[in-house]
Amino acid sequence: MSLGHALLGLLERGPGHGYDLKKAYDDQFGQDRPLHYGQVYTTLSRLLRNGLVQEAGVEAGSGPDRKRYAITDAGVTDVETWLGTPEKPEPYLQNTLYTKVVLALLSGREAADVLDTQRAAHLNAMRELTRRKTDGDLADQLICDYALFHLEADLRWLELTTARLDQLAKRVGR
Amino acid sequence: MTLLTATGLHKAFGPTPALAGAGITVDAGEIVAIMGPSGSGKSTLLHCLAGILTPDAGTVLYRDVDLGSLPDARRSELRRTEFGFVFQFGQLVPELSCVENVALPLRLAGIKRRDAEARATEWLEKLEVAEVAAKRPGETSGGQGQRVAVARALITGPKVIFADEPTGALDSLNGERVMTLFLAAARATDAAVVIVTHEPRVAAYADREVVVRDGRTRVVEPAA
Repeated sequence: MSLGHALLGLLERGPGHGYDLKKAYDDQFGQDRPLHYGQVYTTLSRLLRNGLVQEAGVEAGSGPDRKRYAITDAGVTDVETWLGTPEKPEPYLQNTLYTKVVLALLSGREAADVLDTQRAAHLNAMRELTRRKTDGDLADQLICDYALFHLEADLRWLELTTARLDQLAKRVGR
Repeated sequence: MTLLTATGLHKAFGPTPALAGAGITVDAGEIVAIMGPSGSGKSTLLHCLAGILTPDAGTVLYRDVDLGSLPDARRSELRRTEFGFVFQFGQLVPELSCVENVALPLRLAGIKRRDAEARATEWLEKLEVAEVAAKRPGETSGGQGQRVAVARALITGPKVIFADEPTGALDSLNGERVMTLFLAAARATDAAVVIVTHEPRVAAYADREVVVRDGRTRVVEPAA
């Protein structure tokens, strides 16, 4: 999962300090692992360098936390592309997918589209594996089955989350 | 070539809407999975496509003929001759042997018993269940019974086979056997197959999927 995209997604709600971003991130995603300030500032300076955010004023005082950051048009496009692109279907995607769904909800986008795009990519991968399995020997079949069962578990999660989007939208405050 | 085109389908059972603007196309020889959660309207969509149910609004065209415009008798004939059906279970006549069950559609079409049963035996062999020919459906396993049902659906050379959760009552190994043999046989005869399933592993046998949610169809083109 890319921290840069998550911070950009959070900045879409309006400009903020590094501290605001860390707090918003921790509230939404960091239950188990709150961010370090260092990570936030390294990521922000990279986003700044790449033109995805810009400085939106510096308050009087000292310390790095005085700068406010705003997302640029290029940054919005970047988030848009990231949300619209399915992840490569592989096990243990839940953090990335959960983050995408929450950010889609927070930004008023169609979270169901994010889930549907991912479902289509997963089923495509499953179709490919099924083809390989049908043409293959027992070893191929067993190896493909292993991947198929994992992808199927992901798909069940995608379906369930789609069914619970309204609940989740309330929970994240949209 | 497009075989089936459904547009703007609405269907309600009492106050409950099952379909609310669903649409789908099925090409000749294509295998399409209709997926969706329970109660999403996927079986209702299948039944409308097959002319079993008449939609409240919208049209189903089979080879450019509006199913809704056909008299009942013509629609039944279509179902007997051009369409084949496989359901989850309970579709075989319990009093008949398996070979008689498979031969039944040919017998109804006026073909002599001996010829009909000879062809039924060939189909049982293709589905690798020749050994149950003389048994009654109640004496076979679930997986064998489904393969007999598939043989019966294919024996008339249908252009479209409608399957509603065809492996729903089977364990995964038997389910896969049924799917593999079913779809190989369908592809060999160039029949299109429309499968309703909530199981991703079954849908993965299809060429593409259509998702039904709250009575509407969603088609998502996968990113390249």
